[in-house]
Amino acid sequence: MLKFFLARLLTFVPTFIGVTLISFAFIRVLPGDPIIVMAGERGLSEARYQELREQFGFDQPLIVQFWDYLTGILHGNLGMSYVTKKPVWDEFFALFPATVELSLCAIVIAICLGIPAGVIAAVNRGKFFDRALMSTALVGYSMPIFWWALLLIIVFSGNLGWTPVSGRIDLLYYFPDTTGFMLIDSLLSGQKGAFASAVDHLILPSIVLATIPLAVIARQTRSAMLEVLGEDYIRTARAKGLAPIRVSGLHALRNALIPVVTVIGLSVGVLLAGAILTETIFSWPGIGKWMVDSIYRRDYPVVQGGLLLIAGMVMIVNLIVDLLYGVINPKIRKR
Amino acid sequence: MTLHTFLTTSALALTMATAAAAQQTLVYCSEGSPEGFDPALYTSGTTFDAAGQAVYARLVEFKTGTTEVIPGLAESYDISEDGKTYTFHLRPGIKFQTTDFFTPTRDMTADDVIFSFMRQLDPENPFHDASGGTFEYFNAMSMPDLIESIEKVDDLTVAFKLTRPEAPFIANMAMDFASIMSKEYADQLLDAGTPDMLNQQPLGAGPFAFVAYQKDAVIRYRKHEGFYREGLPKLDNLIFAITPDASVRYQKLKAGECHVMPFPNPADVAAMKSEDGITVQEQEGLNVGYMAYNTQQPPFDNPKVRRALNMAMDKQAIIDVVFQGSGEIAKNPIPPTMWSYNDAVEDDAYDPEAAKAMLEAEGVTDLSMKVWAMPVQRPYNPNARRMAELIQADFEKVGVKAEIVSYEWGEYLDRSKDVDRDGAVLLGWTGDNGDPDNFLATLLSCDGVGGANRSQWCYQPFEDLIQKAKTLPTQADRAKLYEEAQVIFKEQAPWATIAHSKVFMPMRDEVQGYKVHPLGLHIFTEVSLEN
Repeated sequence: MLKFFLARLLTFVPTFIGVTLISFAFIRVLPGDPIIVMAGERGLSEARYQELREQFGFDQPLIVQFWDYLTGILHGNLGMSYVTKKPVWDEFFALFPATVELSLCAIVIAICLGIPAGVIAAVNRGKFFDRALMSTALVGYSMPIFWWALLLIIVFSGNLGWTPVSGRIDLLYYFPDTTGFMLIDSLLSGQKGAFASAVDHLILPSIVLATIPLAVIARQTRSAMLEVLGEDYIRTARAKGLAPIRVSGLHALRNALIPVVTVIGLSVGVLLAGAILTETIFSWPGIGKWMVDSIYRRDYPVVQGGLLLIAGMVMIVNLIVDLLYGVINPKIRKR
Repeated sequence: MTLHTFLTTSALALTMATAAAAQQTLVYCSEGSPEGFDPALYTSGTTFDAAGQAVYARLVEFKTGTTEVIPGLAESYDISEDGKTYTFHLRPGIKFQTTDFFTPTRDMTADDVIFSFMRQLDPENPFHDASGGTFEYFNAMSMPDLIESIEKVDDLTVAFKLTRPEAPFIANMAMDFASIMSKEYADQLLDAGTPDMLNQQPLGAGPFAFVAYQKDAVIRYRKHEGFYREGLPKLDNLIFAITPDASVRYQKLKAGECHVMPFPNPADVAAMKSEDGITVQEQEGLNVGYMAYNTQQPPFDNPKVRRALNMAMDKQAIIDVVFQGSGEIAKNPIPPTMWSYNDAVEDDAYDPEAAKAMLEAEGVTDLSMKVWAMPVQRPYNPNARRMAELIQADFEKVGVKAEIVSYEWGEYLDRSKDVDRDGAVLLGWTGDNGDPDNFLATLLSCDGVGGANRSQWCYQPFEDLIQKAKTLPTQADRAKLYEEAQVIFKEQAPWATIAHSKVFMPMRDEVQGYKVHPLGLHIFTEVSLEN
C-alpha cells in the first residue's frame, strides 16, 4: 500500500509543474492590463503607469516574472493580492473552510441520495421508479444552477419563509472564527440557536450545489449496477436463495462502486465549478467567488495562487480516491 | 416548517425584537466586498461606503444627500488672497474611536491631518508603501503636483500651501482619500511592525467604529460614542451583509433580512415600489453617459457632421429600452443636479431627415464608422451593446453604416484613449466631488487628449474658460464660465450626450432619515430605525 501511495505521490511533481506554468500563463493570455483595469474610466498618466508597472514587476521579462513566481512558491510565498494587499495564502485559507463545508454537505447529499436512487432504478429497470428517477436526474443535470438557486430562494425563502435567503448564519450571532467551519464554530461558541441557524443556512446552497453531482452519481450507479447484476456470481447468489436486498445491496453494489467512486472523485472539480455560482448567489464567502472576482480584476497573484491551491486540493482528493480503489478492490493495489 | 425550525425562528425573532428595543441595529445588504479599509488606497464606492464613510471623517464633508461642502473636522477654513494657501481650523476635542485594538490617549490635532496626507505625498513616509502605496485618487486629483507643503501652525491649525490657485481643492478635501487618520494609532502599528494593519483594522473619527470583518460575508460596526456631531449616529450597530446578487438582495429585503439595499435590478424597481413594507427612494445620479467621436479624424473633425449624427440619434428610445425609464436624456456634459448646469442649452432635436440633409450638405455620403460598446455594465450605461445596436439602427436611417466593436474592459479603456482610434466610443463618468471641473476638465481638457478625453478634443475657447474657472475663488464667478463652456460644448459637439441615470434605493419602511447621495455613497450617520 505504501509503494502504491508513493507511486501516486510521484505523479504530483509533473502535475504541479504543469499547473504552475498553466496558471502563470493563463491569466497573462487573457487580454487586459491589471493597471488599466484598476484605474478604470479615470485612467492614469503615462508616468504613473510606468511607475506602477515597475512596482508590480511587469517591466521585467516574462521569464524573470515566472522565475520570481516559482521561487516564491518554493519558499511558501504565493505573493500579495494587488487589490486587497494581503497575502494570497492568508486569503485562501480564510475562505477555503466555507467552500469545503458547503462542498462536503453537497457531496454527502449527492452520495446519500444518488447511490440509493441509482440502485433502486437498476433493480427496477424499465419500470416506473427507473423512469421517474432517471428523468428527474436528467432534469437535475440539465438545470442551470443560477436559475435553480433563485427558484429555490423565491419559493422556500421568499414565499414560504422556511429557510434564510443567504449567508452562513443569522447576523444576530457573532463569534470569532476558530476553525472557519461555521457548523463547528457555532457549536464551539456555545450560543443558543447558533448551530441550528448555521444548519438552516446550509440547506439551500447544499441542495443547489449537490444537484448536478447527485444526478451524475445516480446515473453512474444505475449503469454500473445493471452491468454487475448481469454477472454470473449474482445469478449464483440469487440461486442460493439470498434475499434480493442482500444481493443488490451487498454483492452487487460493492462491485459496482469502483466507477461510482471515480465519478465522486471527479465531482470535486464539478463542485468547485458549481461553487462559483452557488457562492455568488447565496453570498457564501468561499473561494469560488474570490477567484472569479480576481479574474475580473486581473489580480494575477490571486488567480495564479488560487488555481495552484485548488489544483492541489483536487490532486489530493484524487489521490484519496485512488487509495479508496485499493480499499474497495484489493486487486488494484496489487497491480 | 418543522417544529424545531419554528421554535428557533420564534426564539430568534423574540431575541431580535428585545435587542432592537434596546439597541438599534441596521443591516445594509451591500453589493460587494471592500477591497480594503484604507480609503486612500482604492477608488471604488464599495470601499468608500465600508471605510471612508462609516469609519472616517474629513476636514470638510459633503452635506448628506447633496454635493454642498460643509465644515467637518475643521470648523472653518480661510483661503489666502492669492488662492494658494488654505488654512483649516480644527474643532477642539475631536475623539478618535476606542476599539479592541486601540485606545487613543489624545484628541485629534494638526499632526493627524499632516500624517494623513504626508503618507500619500512623501515616498519616504513609512506608511507610503505599507500597503502597496497605490494612492490612485490622490494622484488622479493631481495632489502631488498641487500640494507644495502642509504646515502645522498650531495644534488646531494646519495650512496647505498649493503650487497654484485651485478652486476645486476644497471639494477634493471632502473626498474619501482625504480621510483623517490617527497618527497615534499609526505609530502604534509601526512600533508593532504591522503598518499594513491600517488597511485591515481601520480607526478614525467617523460615526462608526470598526468591529470585525469576515471576508466576503459581513462587516460589523458599532456607534462611535465620541463622534463630533451631537446626537449622531442614531444607530447603535451597523452591519454590512455582503450580497453580490441584486435579485438575492431584493429577496433579503423582502424577508426582512436587511433594511436597505443598493443597486436594484432596473426590472425589479416597479415591483419593489408596489411591495408592502418597502419604500424606494430615487434621485438623479451625478453621472453622464456619452458617445465620444474622435474629433481628430475626418469626417468627425467637422462639428457639423458630429451634430448631424447627434440629431440622427433617438435618445428617448435609448432611455426607454436601455435604461427602462430609470434615466433621463442628457443635453450637457454635466448632470442637472450639479451647480453651473446650463439649462438654457438646447439639445439637438431628433430629426433624421434634417440630419441626412446636413450630412449631404457637408459632402458626407456612404459613411461607415465604428461604434464601440463597453463590455461592462455601469450606472451611466446599463447595456452598452443594446445602446450601440439602437444607435446603429438610427444611423442606418441617415445612410451611415455603423459597425459595433467591443473589447475586454482593460483593452477597451486602453485602446479608446488612442488619438488614432477609429470610431466613436460609448463611455461615461460618475462625479467624484460634485465640482464641474471634475467633469469638464477631466473629460474635455486639452491635457486629457490621449487620456480621459476620449473625443481627443482640444478647443481653445473652451479650454480657456475651464482653466480660468479653476482659479476663481467664488462659486458664482466660476459658474458663469462653466455655463459659457457648456454652450461652446453644445456647438462643437465632441460627444453625443446620451443619458443621466437615476439612482434607486429600496429600503424597509422602518428606516428613517436615509438620503440618497448624489455621489453614489451610502451613508448611515443620520439614519435611525422606527420601533
